[in-house]
Amino acid sequence: MKALALVAAMESLLIPLLALLLSLGIFGVFLLAVDNDPFGVFYSMYRGGFGSSFSWRNTLERAAPLMLTALCTALPARLGLIMIGGEGALVVGGIAAASIGLSLNGNAPWLVMVAMVLAAAVSGGLWIASTGWLKHYRGVNETITSLLFNYIAIALLNHLITGPMRDPQSLNKPATLPIGSANMLTDIPELGVHWGLAFGLVLCLLYYLIFQHTTLGFAVRIIGGNIRTAKIVGLPVGRLTVMTCFFAGAAAGLAGMIEVAAIHGTANGSLAAGYGYAGILVAFLARQNPLTVIPVAILLGGISASAGLLQRSHHLPDATVFILQGIIFIVILLSETLYGRLKLLCDERSRT
Amino acid sequence: MTETVLGWWGVPLAILGGAIRASTPYLFVSLGECLTEKSGRTNLGQEGNLVLGAMTAYAVSYLSGSPWLGVLAAGATGMLLGLLHAWVCQFKKVNDIAVGIALMLFGIGVAFFFGKPYIQPTAPHLPAIGFGNWSDIPQVRAALEINVLFLFGLLLAPLLSWVLSSTRWGLMLRTVGDSSDAADALGFSVNRVRMVATMIGGFLAGVGGAFLSLYYPGSWNEGLSSGQGLIAVALVVFARWDPMRCLYAALLFGGAGALGPALQSVGFSSGYYLFNAAPYVLTLLLMIATCSPQRTLTGVPGELSITK
Repeated sequence: MKALALVAAMESLLIPLLALLLSLGIFGVFLLAVDNDPFGVFYSMYRGGFGSSFSWRNTLERAAPLMLTALCTALPARLGLIMIGGEGALVVGGIAAASIGLSLNGNAPWLVMVAMVLAAAVSGGLWIASTGWLKHYRGVNETITSLLFNYIAIALLNHLITGPMRDPQSLNKPATLPIGSANMLTDIPELGVHWGLAFGLVLCLLYYLIFQHTTLGFAVRIIGGNIRTAKIVGLPVGRLTVMTCFFAGAAAGLAGMIEVAAIHGTANGSLAAGYGYAGILVAFLARQNPLTVIPVAILLGGISASAGLLQRSHHLPDATVFILQGIIFIVILLSETLYGRLKLLCDERSRT
Repeated sequence: MTETVLGWWGVPLAILGGAIRASTPYLFVSLGECLTEKSGRTNLGQEGNLVLGAMTAYAVSYLSGSPWLGVLAAGATGMLLGLLHAWVCQFKKVNDIAVGIALMLFGIGVAFFFGKPYIQPTAPHLPAIGFGNWSDIPQVRAALEINVLFLFGLLLAPLLSWVLSSTRWGLMLRTVGDSSDAADALGFSVNRVRMVATMIGGFLAGVGGAFLSLYYPGSWNEGLSSGQGLIAVALVVFARWDPMRCLYAALLFGGAGALGPALQSVGFSSGYYLFNAAPYVLTLLLMIATCSPQRTLTGVPGELSITK
């Protein structure tokens, strides 16, 4: 049995690593094709993401929301759902945090902070829980619903920041009033990275424990494995589905709160910066495991942190990072076909 | 201002015009996706095909001076992405919906990467035919100014319907989509049929993108599509995999999309962004109304993962 576990562990480490290397190779060929020096670009990506304490801070501040939005895809994946609504849940969480922060402004900062966290988590949670509800009780495909929800959330954001909640001072870039510096999320001492990172780490760990090591997590995995079995053994499939989706959305909602309370200070169009979509990639790359989400989010945070440097020293547009992400995503999905083929030490029957 | 002549009557007229104008990308993407889904695959990458098609069409039209060459180039890029989707999905354990999401991000990335230099310049547009020239009222003329691509789409829907229902190739496609085991037993190459269907689907989505950048709104920028390709995919579910119903649904969605601008044109501008959400909300409501957990939808291809 030990050897089997070892092979499985090696598979889940080796295959993503190989896929990453292959993606970098394809990306390198692409860079050559557009007249750029691949190794120079790779070195800049390393420098821009992990080369100095400044770039590490930048990377970790991007990794924090990525961890949270990745959870928004990773948890429903355990139910067998492909949820891609992280972007919308993040935006909704950001709107909720900003509204609460503004309406409670003047109260004790800790109280405002707790209220913002709760508002963002609950609103993001309900946002995704409703797609889970629609899936289970109405049979509506969750992938399409959650995507539509993204666009609805962004339309709502645009409506609020150009209309009812607009700060009259924000001319070129519509935004809400600032939530006030007293209510902002501070930095973790010594590290110089905001507390949002701690939110991300703690939630990844917590969700890992819940969904990997409790009966609740086990029940969720049964539903994902075979929904009919789950129903036959009497699991409350609907309730578990909605609850898991709520947890997932709450994480992405928190990411929105972090963006508002640690980065922008207001709710504005920058909330929809693509963290939700990059989070999907993180979740797939981490094979939907909340714990693995942490290093993968840091890696992809680093890649996106290096976009500025790529632009400055190689004249590559921001979209370069999207192309690399797209390549990684496709290759990772392709590599799914390799699992279970390392049959040297184990046979099909005992693996499952 | 002639707007006062029509007053609020301008709103339904503008919605009609908008339905015809804004429905074209929905129409092309949904017809393409309909074909792909009939073969048993879902390609969410249609959004990427749409955006990349829009960029390619604009760039080629600008560089060559011929918008029709742009349309062809857009179709070709869509076809390539469709080929990639089909190739990746033919391997075991690979999830076609996830691959679609990946290709959506990839296609958009490629479009933004190469599209930067084309945001400023003006490219030659696709021609339109003025069916409303008999009228003196400018709004009527504007509403009935119909692009040639829309007319192509209008012909394509019944053609596709006929191909699917009455030709050998259509039957083969439907067999592959309903049961790949049966198709295997009959000696059809499941992967090849799906590959062709996905490539044609990608081609049509690329052409839809060309309409966006070369006619309406008629320029290339990064916010051009904002999910129209995905709405079109949802629209296929709503249209129950029937090309003719895709046409009606596309018109409906085009009209919903025109609601915001139409109201704005008569001076009703509050809540503009909320009205922009109309197509998404409409899609959602229709999906809720037509789906059910108890029964499978009529007309659904048996192999389709999106309805399971």
